[in-house]
Amino acid sequence: MMKKNINTIISTAVPLTVENVDTDQIIPARFLKGTTREGFGKNLFRDWRYKDDDDQKPRADFVLNNPAFSGRILVAAKNFGCGSSREHAAWALKDYGFDVVVSSFFADIFSNNALNNFLLPVLVSDSFLKLIFELIQNNPSEKLEVNLEKQIIRISSTGGEESFEINTYKKACLINGYDDIDYLLSLRNEIEEFEKARV
Amino acid sequence: MNEYIISKQVGKTLFEKIWNKHVVKTINGGPSVLYIDKHFIHEVTSPQAFNGLKKRGLGVLRPQQVIATADHNVPTINQHLPIKEELSRKQVEQLISNCANFGIELYGLGHPYQGIVHVIGPELGITQPGTTIVCGDSHTSTHGAFGAIAFGIGTSEVEMVLATQCLLQTRPKLMRINIEGNLNKGVVSKDIVLYIISKISASGATGYFVEYAGSAIRALSMEARMTICNMSIEMGARGGFIAPDETTFNYLKGRKFAPQSHEWDKQVAAWKELYTDQDAVFDKELFIDASEIEPMITYGTNPGMGIPVSGHIPSLNEVVDEDKSSFEKSLYYMGLQPGISLIGKKVDYVFIGSCTNSRIEDLRMVAAFVKGRKKSGDVEVWVVPGSKQVEQQAIEEGIDKIFSDAGFQLRQPGCSACLGMNEDKIPAGKYCISTSNRNFEGRQGPQARTLLASPLTAAVAAITGQVADVRDYL
Repeated sequence: MMKKNINTIISTAVPLTVENVDTDQIIPARFLKGTTREGFGKNLFRDWRYKDDDDQKPRADFVLNNPAFSGRILVAAKNFGCGSSREHAAWALKDYGFDVVVSSFFADIFSNNALNNFLLPVLVSDSFLKLIFELIQNNPSEKLEVNLEKQIIRISSTGGEESFEINTYKKACLINGYDDIDYLLSLRNEIEEFEKARV
Repeated sequence: MNEYIISKQVGKTLFEKIWNKHVVKTINGGPSVLYIDKHFIHEVTSPQAFNGLKKRGLGVLRPQQVIATADHNVPTINQHLPIKEELSRKQVEQLISNCANFGIELYGLGHPYQGIVHVIGPELGITQPGTTIVCGDSHTSTHGAFGAIAFGIGTSEVEMVLATQCLLQTRPKLMRINIEGNLNKGVVSKDIVLYIISKISASGATGYFVEYAGSAIRALSMEARMTICNMSIEMGARGGFIAPDETTFNYLKGRKFAPQSHEWDKQVAAWKELYTDQDAVFDKELFIDASEIEPMITYGTNPGMGIPVSGHIPSLNEVVDEDKSSFEKSLYYMGLQPGISLIGKKVDYVFIGSCTNSRIEDLRMVAAFVKGRKKSGDVEVWVVPGSKQVEQQAIEEGIDKIFSDAGFQLRQPGCSACLGMNEDKIPAGKYCISTSNRNFEGRQGPQARTLLASPLTAAVAAITGQVADVRDYL
């Protein structure tokens, strides 16, 4: 599994300005046939990345194929990750090399899936998102600094920053590399007591 | 449509009543540990979860609360033969071995209960009021039609529920959508939900659970209610539900896993307590007049891009500036122009199926319309029943004969062309009127173009070969 704890990430970013990116775009259904969590990155945004379903034919106008842009941070327009609950979308982004997705609006299931895979969804205001898009597009070497401990995203060159929300439990999991499942397993007795009390 | 935003809490909503009964404990400043009553699994989103259990040396805590079926990947013809596509076959085989190793009941290919996971749960009476239900599939919201808290989860969460029968969840905000009045002729529940999404957008209910209420909802059958709850996720909601009533109890009575004999009366008495208190307050409420709703169709690449069939695609000056580039990208993909009517638009495929509209009432509705009519020459029409039981019922009622006389193909149960994981794909550039739930780019096949609509609107397209207003043919 591609899990590791995260705290501070400083990186250039890839701007994806399309709104309402659904998980079918992130990873189309026909690539969900794997039975492990690995290897989905090569089909990330498959149909936007390649022509004619052929990975030898990259679409020059798609941002992942633009050599100017790279980095561990994907900056995406609003309503990112809507649609199907497929966790493969989070696996594909992580496998490709992203550790953070910044957007002004995330779909619920995607957010959960991302957090469960140590892919940090950073929710920012519409105006901050617009600002980052402009900066990165003007200067692809612009860096962003995401500090999970302080819950701050900062633009390296200008020092412009915004704080972001994350629940304290999830934050601790990400920083310490814990899983929900570890915690739930520790509640075995309480769960059994709960079951008995209901009958 | 009017909209009010309210914040104060007074009485209890149905959601809170069910939720509170399932909270094992709440983490300070964090999520709650929510107990899950029923867990449905299928071949696509479960293999990695079972691998996780194996890696940790864990078993399934309550295998009798897990129900499995094969639906996403399965072919819809010749299901008695081995699955041709190797990766699909491997996923289905892995489901079979995981279920055998972990003691989980599997309604797989060849089983009389096999079918789309959100069709078989209700028809077997597994889906019951007041319960919590999850599945690694976003359309799990379908089960909310019975007054259950039902929602889709990711594979890591599937693993958690298999191992502990619990999930960590933050309580969502609550929205109520009230629909009052009578539906117009030719308008069915699919039109209601496409109308709602077109009004509030594909992200209008993100962060919320939605309760559907009002006289127009009460008047619907269980299957029609399922269609609405099914598409809750398409407005961004995690789930949607409807308080149970006599319609719910009558549907469940006598079903395979519904409570039997004296247990039935006891349960119905408890289910009758499942309603939202009159003084309960929602985070958001919407009010819709049912008579506003017309037969609907989508023209774009998310389910919020819907219009009345008789209407027109918005013109560029009707779209706000910040949405213009997405709108234009979407229309470019669809090969459509701003401002036009879709009436008369030629279609190539008609798909009647999916967890949204593949139940017996959907098939009956289509059969009643096409009886004595024939499909238009160059349209390919696929009807894919939601389950073996639906298929069997259709055959018993002679619906199969009506379809074959009309030139429709009645195929075998599965998710099929809703997401094109099996061979049932719409070719690039072709238009498909589909009763499914998503019109995303490439959803039905690379470069395929999807127009979402009701089974009636799909049926009239099959007969005429084009987009038509079903009201002109009733």
